Amino acid sequence: MKPLVLSGRAANTSPGLEQLGRRLIRVREFSYDGLGELSPFDAPLVAQQDQIDWGSNFGSDLIVLRAAVDQTEEIRKPFVRLNRDFDYLANGDLISVDGRTGRLRTIYRRASRYNFFLITERCNHLCLMCSQPPKDVNDDWILEEVCEALPLIDPSTPTLGFTGGEPLTNRDRFIEMLRIAKDALPSTGLHVLTNGRAFADPQVAKAWADVAHPNLTAGIPVYSAVDYLHDHVVQSKGAFDETLLGILRLKNLGQRIEIRVVLHALTAPRLVETCEWIARNLPFVDHVALMGLENTGYAIANDSQLWIDPMDYQASLTAGVLALRAARVRTSIYNLPLCLIDESVRSHAVQSISDWKNAYVEECGSCDERPRCAGFFSSGRPKFSRGIRPIVGEPQIAV
Amino acid sequence: MARFQAVEAFHRLADETVLLPMSFERIEGGRAVISNFVGDFLTVTDEELRRIVELDVAPGDGLYERAYEKLLISGRSQISRLQLIAARYRTRMAFANAGTGLHLFVVTLRCEHSCPYCQVSRRSADKNLFDMDEVTAQKALDMAFSSPSPQIKIEFQGGEPLLNFELIKKIVFWGEERSAELGKPVTFVITTNLALLNDEVLQFSKEHQILISTSLDGPKDLHNKNRPRPGGNSYELAVAGIDRIREFLGPDKVGALMTTTQSSLDRAKDIIDEYVDRDLGGIFLRPLSPYGFAIKTKQFARYKTDEWFEFYKTGLNYIFEINKAGKHFPEFYATNILRRMFSDRPTGYVDLRSPAGIGLGALVYNYDGRVFASDEGRMLAEMGDRTFDLGDVFTSSYEDIILSDKLVDLVANSLTQCAPQCRTCAFEPHCGADPVYHHATQGDEVGIKPLSEFCRRQKNMMALLLDILDNSPDEAAILRSWI
Ligand code: SF4
Ligand code: SF4
Repeated sequence: MKPLVLSGRAANTSPGLEQLGRRLIRVREFSYDGLGELSPFDAPLVAQQDQIDWGSNFGSDLIVLRAAVDQTEEIRKPFVRLNRDFDYLANGDLISVDGRTGRLRTIYRRASRYNFFLITERCNHLCLMCSQPPKDVNDDWILEEVCEALPLIDPSTPTLGFTGGEPLTNRDRFIEMLRIAKDALPSTGLHVLTNGRAFADPQVAKAWADVAHPNLTAGIPVYSAVDYLHDHVVQSKGAFDETLLGILRLKNLGQRIEIRVVLHALTAPRLVETCEWIARNLPFVDHVALMGLENTGYAIANDSQLWIDPMDYQASLTAGVLALRAARVRTSIYNLPLCLIDESVRSHAVQSISDWKNAYVEECGSCDERPRCAGFFSSGRPKFSRGIRPIVGEPQIAV
Repeated sequence: MARFQAVEAFHRLADETVLLPMSFERIEGGRAVISNFVGDFLTVTDEELRRIVELDVAPGDGLYERAYEKLLISGRSQISRLQLIAARYRTRMAFANAGTGLHLFVVTLRCEHSCPYCQVSRRSADKNLFDMDEVTAQKALDMAFSSPSPQIKIEFQGGEPLLNFELIKKIVFWGEERSAELGKPVTFVITTNLALLNDEVLQFSKEHQILISTSLDGPKDLHNKNRPRPGGNSYELAVAGIDRIREFLGPDKVGALMTTTQSSLDRAKDIIDEYVDRDLGGIFLRPLSPYGFAIKTKQFARYKTDEWFEFYKTGLNYIFEINKAGKHFPEFYATNILRRMFSDRPTGYVDLRSPAGIGLGALVYNYDGRVFASDEGRMLAEMGDRTFDLGDVFTSSYEDIILSDKLVDLVANSLTQCAPQCRTCAFEPHCGADPVYHHATQGDEVGIKPLSEFCRRQKNMMALLLDILDNSPDEAAILRSWI
């Protein structure tokens, strides 16, 4: 499966578009119902030649053309014409267009279960396996754009993710953004991937809790129950202590917390102990996610330190999940093909890889479990386990 | 490309590592168990113990990691460690905030049995002398419902409480009325030998969701020997009663407790078989109580804790076999300790906690209106020792009783958190203060623990469970399945 392209360049743009600068656009198809009032951010998504009149009279200062609309001579308005990669765009989706460069980014797809906003590329960690290597640049405009985008999102969207970098880099503004989300999307589950250190400051924890969004979760990585092992993975001395303090402060205020453990050669050796420790010390967390490694970003550079065949930690993963389950901690396994997970804990596996980046291999063709399997990341440079084998007929135990 | 630092860059200097609060106990085989402040255990060799205590550990040596994960060591400047311990301790001790939840009503002292270890019952004596009256019952209810506990449980005791079933019915009605008025849920339990179980009792129990708790000491010969009554048919009546309750009220509405006597000690399997056959869902292999006739008749002195412990081990092994054969059948003494070892949920068991459950966890309202800190305390009073007599329902309020110097002293003096020996004991987080026992056996509510059979039993139990958890994976899995 070819992954979706989320950013790229317009096929062509009208002269004069550059004056519009960077613009957030919610596209509207020819028949657009059920999305409430039009807003100044709406622009028509002209799908075929005979919709040009409709588009021109839409009342927006800009129109968006699908790739198929290739005769543009008579169009009098500034336009941006998409290339084929963006054919998936549909009613209510959000894109950001830079009029000067013709660059496009898809910000939100109504049809996707996996809408994630990248808030900033800045981070106070430098994780050895970071899939989104941080950059130390001022990119506050991204957060501003998200603040602008949130009210345009379909309020029936089930979940939205916020990631980075570290979303709480600009703490005050990010919490302000959560307030906007609370007003615009009160019933959407908000999931923020943060390293949790900001919550060591009681005021930040308090401000977060005071947003009082009914379904707001902080997803916080804890890679080990031993201080220096966690600090090494995130490349920041003192991280473990501050993250733990943040978790305790946040939970003391009754906030929802997910613990995230990425599985690789540095975390796998003490995986059982880590899970037992979470079960014993943090049984109050709302969810634990044990996650296969995405071989992209820094993970490729640090391959020699990080790569481990999931078959080599399969037994520890099983024991770890069982320890968490015994403590009644809700536990999921993400990003691992089902055939690499012992049958006794396979029910914890979630088809987690975002829809625009999962893929399967030849063996999967004959596998009964494929509809439930997370498969592989198509992003980065996937590495394959020796344990990949189709699951057929009676459930079998992977060896 | 970013510059990454090697793991050594994140190690701490040796002199920045500090010890967290811990206790240890040496066990067999040159080893020791270390427990942290909230009762997580780590089993180590004596040499490893020395290294931890002297902080002769360093990142990467394996022992540092084990000790760190078990909250035994910390970085000097780390804040989260003590916060974590504090949060867990607060959770574990939440029971101390709850107010008295269990209220025992001794509705009569009369009984038609004449068990040798029971010293409180009266046989066929005058009704008016040994039955609780309505005024007393109302006053006792006043006191029970003034407890700040969010819900209360009322347990009817005797003597044989069914000899005063008329009063039980009234207390249930009144209790339900007050419960509705105050929005405080109430549940009822009747503790009975079942000899007087009849359709009226069953029907009433069904209508009011009353649980029945009874005694079953083992197979027929043993039970009937322990529990003489006219006709010598205590066992027959008990098992017939259990079956009727299961059928009429449901299998989860009846529980049985055994009393261990000298004659039980070589009968562990027979006793357990009896509980399996009656499908009672588990068994509590109880130690013999040292109170009452048991002390007077010197029955208690006839065998020591070690003999009981052999009985317990035989029983536990047999119970493992039953579980291995596919039947979920827990032993509740172990289960109670295991729950505390594996979770921070506050203990709901009033007999084994510190601060002790006397008064704070349970109050006993005697037939004559006197209020006792525990059922054993009431038995001691029958023998002339009024240490645990806290007042009466006519002239004292709940607050008077709970805040009385007498109770406060008894509880405060016996805290395992600061009692000699207990304070430094590795098992303290899962043990409990038993001021009544230590008063009864040593004349001192604190107790001299090295001479205490209670302490010896507790240490034996916990060391046994830890040994199984560490060294016998199959049995350990069974123990975990009971939690
Ligand atoms: S063979 Fe493919 S589809 Fe089947 S479990 Fe393995 S990875 Fe998933
Ligand atoms: S009674 Fe004994 S086992 Fe219990 S805490 Fe005290 S010293 Fe330890």
